[in-house]
Amino acid sequence: MAAFEPVLTRNWNNPDILSVKTYESKGGYAAARKALTTMSPDDVVNLVKASELRGRGGAGFPTGLKWSFLPKDRQETFMCINGDESEPATFNNRYLVEKDPHQFIEGILIGCFATRARTAYVYLRFEYIKAVHILEKAIEEARAAGHLGKNIYGSGFDLEIWCHRGAGAYICGEETGLIESLEGKRGWPRIKPPFPAIEGAFRKPTVVNNIETLACVPHIVERGADWFKSIGTPKSYGPKLYTISGQVNKQVCVELPLGVTTNQLIEEHGGGVWKGRKAKAAVPGGISMGILKKEEFDVPLDFEEIRKTGCLGLGTAAVTVMDETTRIIDYLYNTSRFFAHESCGQCTPCREGTGWLYKTIKRIRNGGGRIEDLDLMKHLSENMGITPGTTICGLADGAAWPIKNALAKYRDELEEFIRTNQNPAARISPVQDAISRGASPLAMNTSMFVPGIGLAKAQGTK
Amino acid sequence: MWWRCWARSILLPPNLTADFRDIQKKPDMSQSSLATPRLIPEALRQKIEGYIPRYPSKKAVTLPALHMVHSHFRCVPYQAMKEIAEILEISPAEVADTMSFYGFFPQAPLGDVRVWICRSISCMLRGGDELLEHACRHLKIEPGQTSADGKLTVEFAECLGVCDHAPAALADDGRVYGPLDEAGVEKMLEELRKGPVPPEEL
Repeated sequence: MAAFEPVLTRNWNNPDILSVKTYESKGGYAAARKALTTMSPDDVVNLVKASELRGRGGAGFPTGLKWSFLPKDRQETFMCINGDESEPATFNNRYLVEKDPHQFIEGILIGCFATRARTAYVYLRFEYIKAVHILEKAIEEARAAGHLGKNIYGSGFDLEIWCHRGAGAYICGEETGLIESLEGKRGWPRIKPPFPAIEGAFRKPTVVNNIETLACVPHIVERGADWFKSIGTPKSYGPKLYTISGQVNKQVCVELPLGVTTNQLIEEHGGGVWKGRKAKAAVPGGISMGILKKEEFDVPLDFEEIRKTGCLGLGTAAVTVMDETTRIIDYLYNTSRFFAHESCGQCTPCREGTGWLYKTIKRIRNGGGRIEDLDLMKHLSENMGITPGTTICGLADGAAWPIKNALAKYRDELEEFIRTNQNPAARISPVQDAISRGASPLAMNTSMFVPGIGLAKAQGTK
Repeated sequence: MWWRCWARSILLPPNLTADFRDIQKKPDMSQSSLATPRLIPEALRQKIEGYIPRYPSKKAVTLPALHMVHSHFRCVPYQAMKEIAEILEISPAEVADTMSFYGFFPQAPLGDVRVWICRSISCMLRGGDELLEHACRHLKIEPGQTSADGKLTVEFAECLGVCDHAPAALADDGRVYGPLDEAGVEKMLEELRKGPVPPEEL
C-alpha cells in the first residue's frame, strides 16, 4: 500500500486557510464547481454510493444510501448537519470547523446539491464558541464570494446555510432529537418510522449528516471513488480522524486510514502511556461503545472488526486510554454518571435504568457492594435500549454497553473489588435509614409534594 | 360541553378551526397603558425577528432567541420568555418548556463569567473531579454556585469537547484552559475574575 496522504487535515497547519481567498488558491471549491456545473445530483449520489462512504457520526450508515432514501417526488428538502459532538472524548468535528471551515462548507454545498436541499442548518453544540464564530464568518465570506446564495456558479442551484446553536444536551446528537431541537422544542427523539428521509425537519424530507462525513465528500468528487476505496480496510474505506486522549503523553487528533490498531495509535501518535506505565484498557470510540482489554489492542479500529470484540461499534473513533492503575469501577462510575445525567427522560427504561445503574455503581464504589449487584447490573443493562426494544433511541444502549462489556471482560476484578472494599455505612441507603428510624415510606413520598401533610404523617409515625 | 368542543375541533374544516382559535386569543395589550413595560429592547427584538425568515416555522427561532436574550441579560427572566413567545406567536409555556429542557439558560443572572470544569472520562482519568473540588474549595462554593463577589460561577460539565486539553475548563466567553493542575486552576480563576473577553481575542 502506498504511503497514506492526509487530505482532511492537509490545511490545518495554515492559519490563513480561514479566509476564502487562501482556500480557493489551494484548489478549494474546485470540487463543488465540478459537481454543480458538470454533474447531475444523481451522479453525485451514485459517486458517493460507489465510494462506500460510511457516516462518521457513530452508526456507520452508508451515506450514499441515506441520500437515495429521499422520496423522488419531494418538493422541499432540508439538510441538517450534526455538529452536536457530545460523545465524551470526541473532538474531531471541532477541529474540522475551527481549522478548515471552507472544506466543510464545500462539503455541505455538494451534499445539498446531491440531495437538492436548498437550506442547510448546521447544529453546533454551544460549547464550541470559537467554532461558531469561525464558521459564521466563513459562511459570510463564502456567500460574498458566490459559493452560497442564489444561482451558484450559474447552475441554477440556490443554497443558504444557517448556524443553529444547541444549549447543552447530549441527546440532541441523536438525529431526530436534533430535528426536534431545531424546530424549537425539547430535544426528545422521535419514534421511527417515519425516518427523517421521509418526514424530518418541519415535516419535510431531511438528511442528517455528520460534519466529518460531509468534509470527505469534496475529496471523493475531486479524486474519485476508486481513490477513496484504496484507503482503509474492506467495508470501511477512506480516511478517518482518530482522537487519542486520557492517560497518554500526547492527546491529539490525527488523520489515518480506517483500520489502524489501538497499539499503533498509542505508540505512534499518543506518545505512549503516561508516567511510563503500561496500558490496561481503552475505550474505542466514545464511552457508549464499550471497553477494549489490553489483549484486544491489535484489533483494527474500523466499522466491522471492532464489533468482534463485543464493542458496540467504532463510534466516533475517539480512543481513551486507561493505564494499569485505573480501576474499572471508576470507569463504570464515570460512564454511568454521564448517562444518568444525559438521559432525556422520555422513555422509562432509560430514565430509571440509567439512574438505577449509577446509584448501584456508586454504592459499590463507596464500599457497599454485594456480589448480587453485578447480576442486577447485567439484568438492567440487558433490558434497556433499542436492542431489547424498550426505548425510542439508542442512548440507553450506549449506557448499557460499557456495563455489559465490563461485566463480560472484568467480572473477576469487580468481584474482587466488592470483596475487599466493604464499608458497612455505605450499604444503607437514605431510604432504608429513614425506615429503620420509624418513618413510613408513604410519609416520605407525600412529603415530597405536600410538605405540611408529609411532615405531620412523619411525626405521627415516630 | 367538552364533547361539543371536541366535536367542533374534528368536524370543522381546518381554516374554520384556525379562526375559532384566533377569537380565543387574548387582546393585544402592547399599546395599552396597563401593559407591563417591555423588557426586551427594540434592537434585540428586531434581531430576533431577523432570524424568522431563516426557518419555515416561527417556533424554530425559540433557541436562537433564547441565546440572544441570554447573551444580552446573561439570563432569561420570566418576562423575557413571555415576550419571546409574543414575537414568535407561540404560547409562553412552549418557550418555558423548551428552555427548561436545556441546562444552559438560568432565570436569574449568574456570575460575570461562567466556567465549566469537565468531569467526563478523559478529564476524570487525569484528575478532573479533583480539580472541580479544588476550584470550589478555593472559592468557598459548591458546584453550580457563584462566588461571593459575584464574578465567577463554577459548574461541572459533561465533556466539553476539548479532550486534547484534558483536564480542561471552558469559560462562557469561549476561552479554553488546559491541561490544568491545582496551581493552573487557581491561575485560571484569577484570570477569569477580570471579566469576559470579546470573541476576536479568542
